[in-house]
Amino acid sequence: MADPRYLLTGILVAGAVTWALRAVPFALLAPLRDSVLVTYLGERMPVGIMLILAVYTVHGVVAEDWRSLGPTCLALAVTVGLHLWRRNLLLSIFAGTVVNVVLQSLLVART
Amino acid sequence: MDLGNVADMPEPAAVVTDSAASGRPAEVAAGRRTGLLASTALMPLGLALGVLVVHSGLDWWWAPAIAALILAGSLEFLMVGLLAAAAPFAQIAVTALLVNFRHVFYALSFPLHRVGGYGWKAYSTFALTDEAYALTAPAESEGWSRARILTVQATIQVSWVASVTLGAGLGALIPPWVVGLEFAVTALFAVLTIEAYRVRASIPLPILGLVCALAGLLISPANMLLIGMSLFVVALLASYGLAGRRRASRG
Repeated sequence: MADPRYLLTGILVAGAVTWALRAVPFALLAPLRDSVLVTYLGERMPVGIMLILAVYTVHGVVAEDWRSLGPTCLALAVTVGLHLWRRNLLLSIFAGTVVNVVLQSLLVART
Repeated sequence: MDLGNVADMPEPAAVVTDSAASGRPAEVAAGRRTGLLASTALMPLGLALGVLVVHSGLDWWWAPAIAALILAGSLEFLMVGLLAAAAPFAQIAVTALLVNFRHVFYALSFPLHRVGGYGWKAYSTFALTDEAYALTAPAESEGWSRARILTVQATIQVSWVASVTLGAGLGALIPPWVVGLEFAVTALFAVLTIEAYRVRASIPLPILGLVCALAGLLISPANMLLIGMSLFVVALLASYGLAGRRRASRG
């Protein structure tokens, strides 16, 4: 079990950075409002950051057990396909997760 | 931070001119209704997060701590993995910075000027989640009082912590042979990628993101997040610089 002091400090670090990102820009509001660069980044950053996070989480699972690559890709196809079709955030996440849990659990049970 | 003094301070002008008919209790009730609506949608994600916390080997009570103190959904999902792997604080800080950087832009349109008092402003910025922003920033929310905005935010926070805690309780009931629940995080980011793409439908952007992610994996799998995201931001800055030079040479 991890050291509680480490866990609490880690949580506080993440919380403090998040709060700073939410609060500090209000103090710098005037220059930010007209910044072309901030608008440029604001429009383009999220798609890349989210994609990198998705790759990161897939890699974490597959690096641990390469056989989970198949189920993960199938589940990802279900999530993306459903989302393009129905555009319902919770439905896409839920359906993909169910497909993945069923396939991965069967895979583990068979070995 | 002295909340008692803040509450005694005179109401800011914006609140006084607010819709005359509704007093503070009505504003609080309206805020609670709005907040609960968003919270219902967030509940399945909260449950999933709670289940993940327990299944990654952390004690159940870390679930409410993560939910209440960070209060940023996608980062909380990542934090479970980072904490379980005992990631260094620098990596946690950089991850938080890059994952939540989008919040910087909320300052451009969140109605903080209607939340009077330093203590209340402090809480309001702390609880400035994607959902709180989405509910309070649009034009139709113009004229919401401090009480209503704060109630929306507090309702979202309390409900989020409750569903994450409930998920941690349920997680203990899920048998260990059920595996693959962590896919909920991948699915969340995949769906958010599609939503972000809809904001700016440019094919080169996700391709650039993918290339940066794979480059990060090739260079160092352990620091993939930091390398991939830094490469992506640097590439964006470079393209901004190039576009600026092109603009200048044309004009």
